[in-house]
Amino acid sequence: MTVTTETRMLLTGNHAVAYAVMLARPAVVPVYPITPQTPILEKISDLQLAGEFEVDLMTAESEHSAMTACITASLTGARVFTATASQGLLLMHEMLHFASGARTPIVMMNVNRTVSSPWGFWPDQTDSLSQRDTGWIQYYTESAQESLDTVIQAYRVAEQVMLPTMVVHEAFYISHSLEPVIVPAQDAVDAYLPPFDPAIRLDPDIGRSWGNPVNQELYFRFREAVGGSMDTVPGLAVEADAEYGRAFGRSYGIVERYRMEEAEIAIVAFGAMAGTARVAVDALRAAGVAAGLVKVKLFRPFPIEAVREAVTGVPKLVVIERNFSPGAGGILHQELKAALCGMVGLPKVHGYMAGVGGVNVSPKRIEELTREALATEPVPQSVWRR
Amino acid sequence: MRANYEIDEAGVFLSGHHACAGCGEALAVRYVINTMGPRTIAVVPPSCIAIIAGLQPNSSMHVPIVHGTLESSAAAAAGIKRALVSQGKDDVNVLVMAGDGGTYDIGFQALSGAAERNEDMVYVCMDNEGYMNTGAQKSGSTPHLASTASTPGGKLTGKKNIAEIMAAHRIPYVATATVGYPDDLARKVAKARDMKGMRFIVVLTPCIDGWGLSENAAVGVSRLAVETGIFPLIEVEDGVRYTINHGSRGVPVERYFAGQKRFRHLGPEQIAQLQAEVDEGWSLLKSRVECDPTGDPTGDPTG
Repeated sequence: MTVTTETRMLLTGNHAVAYAVMLARPAVVPVYPITPQTPILEKISDLQLAGEFEVDLMTAESEHSAMTACITASLTGARVFTATASQGLLLMHEMLHFASGARTPIVMMNVNRTVSSPWGFWPDQTDSLSQRDTGWIQYYTESAQESLDTVIQAYRVAEQVMLPTMVVHEAFYISHSLEPVIVPAQDAVDAYLPPFDPAIRLDPDIGRSWGNPVNQELYFRFREAVGGSMDTVPGLAVEADAEYGRAFGRSYGIVERYRMEEAEIAIVAFGAMAGTARVAVDALRAAGVAAGLVKVKLFRPFPIEAVREAVTGVPKLVVIERNFSPGAGGILHQELKAALCGMVGLPKVHGYMAGVGGVNVSPKRIEELTREALATEPVPQSVWRR
Repeated sequence: MRANYEIDEAGVFLSGHHACAGCGEALAVRYVINTMGPRTIAVVPPSCIAIIAGLQPNSSMHVPIVHGTLESSAAAAAGIKRALVSQGKDDVNVLVMAGDGGTYDIGFQALSGAAERNEDMVYVCMDNEGYMNTGAQKSGSTPHLASTASTPGGKLTGKKNIAEIMAAHRIPYVATATVGYPDDLARKVAKARDMKGMRFIVVLTPCIDGWGLSENAAVGVSRLAVETGIFPLIEVEDGVRYTINHGSRGVPVERYFAGQKRFRHLGPEQIAQLQAEVDEGWSLLKSRVECDPTGDPTGDPTG
């Protein structure tokens, strides 16, 4: 069944991603199984076998080779996709740097999972956040619908700036939870996302090579060019999202403000935590606490201007997150403070590492942490809270 | 008995390159890339081949080259070929030229995976028996007792038999070749080029600096490697049909060692031990050919 008309389906987050991939029409999908990503690979395989999705599925012998094949297929002019999680993403690390340096607009889904050692399978964002310096655009999503919509948007942005893009959702909370999802029609997606047809590619008729050694001056220029492209991403991502909204009726922004009117405190969160925080904000508002939510959807490049605008006039922020950088603390907490540094009317910023390792953070717990932040002065460090 | 193969010099390899004077590998690159021809895209990992290919914005090869990472060449080639097929470009050959470190050691996982999937490529390992580009450290291809920068007293274990390992994957074509037999090398590359699926050729490429050779010695040493039975020239089709093209002519291994600094420390007992190892390997190889009713058990004694 090709999706000829917009269809409402009951899908897990991972299966929603598989439909988004099919709609984006990549030609080559090199992929390697890993929990909790595997249902994406399996669904793509099923769609291919059923004749719905014409794609070359390369069952690589490792994530490293999967990412390598993505890079060279992309350099040869093919639209590509892969998906991974946790250890698989870390095994790709070398090639993640290579992908952005080679200006390959790969789109990859990462399903956040704890990093070993010890072994765990739980939602924790440290895997993808530890790749924040690799030159990949990173989006964090909070629902199956948002994951589907963001994968399609990601191709549009990636191919405009020729940089790889990672869409990230969390293990089980999003990846394996069933939700009603609107799957767009193929022709509408085709209209939104033109075919990938780069003028420069590996082709004997074109004769261009890629990657041979450079001197210091050339290396500097290549890196500066990556930076220049990365700087344009927030604007292009806003445009791609707005255009998506006009075409499909759903848009998200790169930084979202939820119930921020006259807020005395804003919870700052991303991924599934943002979904939980919405419920907490509603409860706090009902109890007379002027709390709101700032959701950071685009994490790389970090949208400094949009974040500053979102928190302007708010006296206090509380970051609640599920990741940990030993020696630095919560990564969103650190990034947020760096982004706000020097801002006129700088808010006070609390940081709680509450969901590390997939520990459940309920709406009630978020309410408690928000009230604690309101009643106390922040410390520079991120604080552990079970 | 095979007729000499006419080498078609397509002019893909250009006259300016960055190899050392007398380099055996530059000769191999010339015969390989010229035989593959202009409808080729090549993957080159960090290795002496990358040095030979040259620095941006120059290239010594008149075809697109991707300079990939050390361990990923076979996966890189697979990605290119699959993208070409998705675009309907079926006439472009995808070639890997990797060193022995990038093949026997760090690149082996990607190579084995590509062989298992029977990816459509010609993979050529330029085997100079060590990490010569980083100053001659030992690799999985360094021969038993050879001295290197990381095994100055001599390597305590033997060289992997990469041809047999690849043949055990039952891929369509495996061959060994060396620059002292350029017609044999070029014929094998042409044969591989015109096949489909995973084709693997390991080319012994004597290294002036790493082996401690005089600058005019590469070709002679290459021939001695074959004539002693140390590096027989063979083909294996579908993993089972063995052919010996050129093999031992009974030349003692001592003559091969004599011109190479990396073997200068060997005493008579060690040389006798290595001679026994080579004799055993040659017998084993002949027995494989004898198992195959279509094979030629005698090789080509005329060279």
